[in-house]
Amino acid sequence: MGESQGSPRRGRTVRAAGTALAAAILLSGCSDSEGPPVLTWYINPDDGGQAALAQLCTEESEGAYSIQTSLLPADAPSQREQLARRLAANDASLDIMSLDPPFIPELAEPGFLAPVPDEVAERTTEDTLEGALAGAMWNDELVTVPFWANTQLLWYRESVVEEAGLDMDEPITWEQVIDTALEQEKLLGVQGIRAESMTVWLNALVESQDESILANPEAPAAELQTNLDSEVGSRAAEVISMIGSEGLAGPGVASMDENQSMLLFQGDEGSFMVNWPFVWAATNASAEEGVVDAGLVDDIGWAQYPRVDADTASAPPLGGINLGVGADSENQELAFEAIECIVAPENQTEYFITNGNPPSSEAAYDDPALEDDYPMADAIREALDNAAPRPQTPFYNEISTAIQQEFTPISGVSAEQTPTQTDAFIVEVLRGERLL
Amino acid sequence: MTTAPETSRRQKREAAEASNNKSSARRNGNGTKRTNRAKSEARLGWLIAGPAFFIMLAVTAYPIAQAIYDSLFSFRLTSPDDRSFVFLQNYMTILSDTEVFWSALGVTVLVTVVTVAVELVLGFGLALVMHKALLRIRGALRTAILVPYGIITVVSAFAWYYMFDINSGFVNNWFGWVPGIDSDLDWFANFGTAITVIMASEIWKTTPFIALLLLAGLAQVPDELVEAAKVDGASWRQQMTRVILPNMKAAIMVAVLFRALDAFRIFDNVFIMTNGAAGTEVLSLLAYRTSIGRLEIGLGSAVSVILFICVLLICLIAIKFFKVDLASGTDAKGGK
Repeated sequence: MGESQGSPRRGRTVRAAGTALAAAILLSGCSDSEGPPVLTWYINPDDGGQAALAQLCTEESEGAYSIQTSLLPADAPSQREQLARRLAANDASLDIMSLDPPFIPELAEPGFLAPVPDEVAERTTEDTLEGALAGAMWNDELVTVPFWANTQLLWYRESVVEEAGLDMDEPITWEQVIDTALEQEKLLGVQGIRAESMTVWLNALVESQDESILANPEAPAAELQTNLDSEVGSRAAEVISMIGSEGLAGPGVASMDENQSMLLFQGDEGSFMVNWPFVWAATNASAEEGVVDAGLVDDIGWAQYPRVDADTASAPPLGGINLGVGADSENQELAFEAIECIVAPENQTEYFITNGNPPSSEAAYDDPALEDDYPMADAIREALDNAAPRPQTPFYNEISTAIQQEFTPISGVSAEQTPTQTDAFIVEVLRGERLL
Repeated sequence: MTTAPETSRRQKREAAEASNNKSSARRNGNGTKRTNRAKSEARLGWLIAGPAFFIMLAVTAYPIAQAIYDSLFSFRLTSPDDRSFVFLQNYMTILSDTEVFWSALGVTVLVTVVTVAVELVLGFGLALVMHKALLRIRGALRTAILVPYGIITVVSAFAWYYMFDINSGFVNNWFGWVPGIDSDLDWFANFGTAITVIMASEIWKTTPFIALLLLAGLAQVPDELVEAAKVDGASWRQQMTRVILPNMKAAIMVAVLFRALDAFRIFDNVFIMTNGAAGTEVLSLLAYRTSIGRLEIGLGSAVSVILFICVLLICLIAIKFFKVDLASGTDAKGGK
């Protein structure tokens, strides 16, 4: 009996002690620590370069702030989904965000991004390459700070162009690329998967004809006008259709992304490929590991993105990452200070060498160290100057998804019908008349 | 040992209690005051079931109500200022879209019907094997059969995807001798082949679930009935159709209903393998893409509500027309 009365008392004592301990732990966690303010940087996956920069800038700030990174999902649309949800919910932890350029207008329009202070804008964009700068703007204002910029080159096998007798110092057209592959029964490295890369490709084909997919990208959804139902759209679709119907991208084109097209290009049937510069570092690494033939690297050359018209300069795709600050961040001033550190030209150069992502700053290309690792750095800089962003509109996701649905599989693309259908589809979706 | 007078006293006490309960029930039926015991039992019932009831209300009823409310608005997460009440316009847009909505509904129904039918046949076979298996291997056999069901759907979807992927898969290589399969076959580029792989993965993954439910049904069939049928000279087929299956009807219908509801909400396999390409979009994926991908909360909620209504309809059809009795053999049926 005595025992049964004693147990609850002891239980209460233990519970009280436990509660006090838990409260102490919680309170110590909630209370302001003595250290500097912590800035959270939401980063896209890379080879550890952004984490290293966070560390470097934390040290350089001499105690003014500390940057911790938080990893976003692997693909750009999923990164956008997470960031948009957090921003819409007024998440104050979004101090710095690595943003893919096409999704910036959607976040800037409702005021989710903190305005870039004039002096920061001036200092961080004084030598930014034209294409990269265009991708950081919305409504003629700089809403993010360009960090690194990406673009595509035409990669080719020296042995193939030699046999075809092509002069790669001269601009190359898609027609030449297709004809060479047909003549030599080789395959082309393009991205035919239903994904963002499809829009990247189509946009480059349209922009290379001095036109844009949207006639008025800054208009509200119901008033947006598309340009695909035109001669320009037909010619763009013709290139895709030709490659699809002739099976020039191989039987696996429907699931071919950037990585798969690189593997195809590295194989015996590889001839040409349009792709981002990561393929250079990846192919070198494969050669060193013995995964591909050691002589393959010497057989690879690069040139500017293919032209659609022989007389019109190509407009290569534009990618990369810009840095934005959340409107609800409590550390905006420090966040911009940290961004200035992150995008310093020397840091961009280092990031290029270690992670393979090209700088957006022209000065960053002056470092002679680049030449050893990236002998095509000058070609990348030239391509970035000519690069054209994808449609800059808050409704980019709808437009891109509609394009992906209509232009895949590429074997089903028709130069006459697909652009017209895509135009009508986009307009109906934007007016809320049908689902996507 | 219990003595005779004690037994008699206990019987009297029980009879008195039963009579008391009956009169109490009558009084309740007439709207008169309940006994203290009935009250305390009701209170105990609430204490035991109440927390679960309120948690269920919070995690299911509230989101459903919120989705129904949101579906009446034109609301995009990235333009909160443009939110406007549109009443049933979202539903009109969805129901008038033959290319996306009705196509997705058609694919969903196809997947549901085919997978449930195939799983029922395979599951019954597996249940028979498990039921008849020797005692020594029964445990190992049941575990082996249940392994696919224990694998997370996303993981199994990736496994099936990589098996059939034209770049990394081995299926084209292994089954190159089958007419129609060669190294150039991209399973995920065409509707027919893509939906076949999706359904095969779904069947492989969830057949054990049906087998388990049917095994429980088989165990409920009295051995005497089967023995009697055998003695009467019934063939194996007659034993099945006249004795075993009729006695398992409740278990079969519960298995079909649960799997049909599950199959109708298929998401993971399609999301991983095709992401809706090649005409394989299903309703759950459409709801996800609209709400999460497009951030169109209003329209996406309307798709979710329609999906919910479809699921309710399946339940209704099963319970009303096929007389599925979910409370069979439980106290919820009043102990009958």
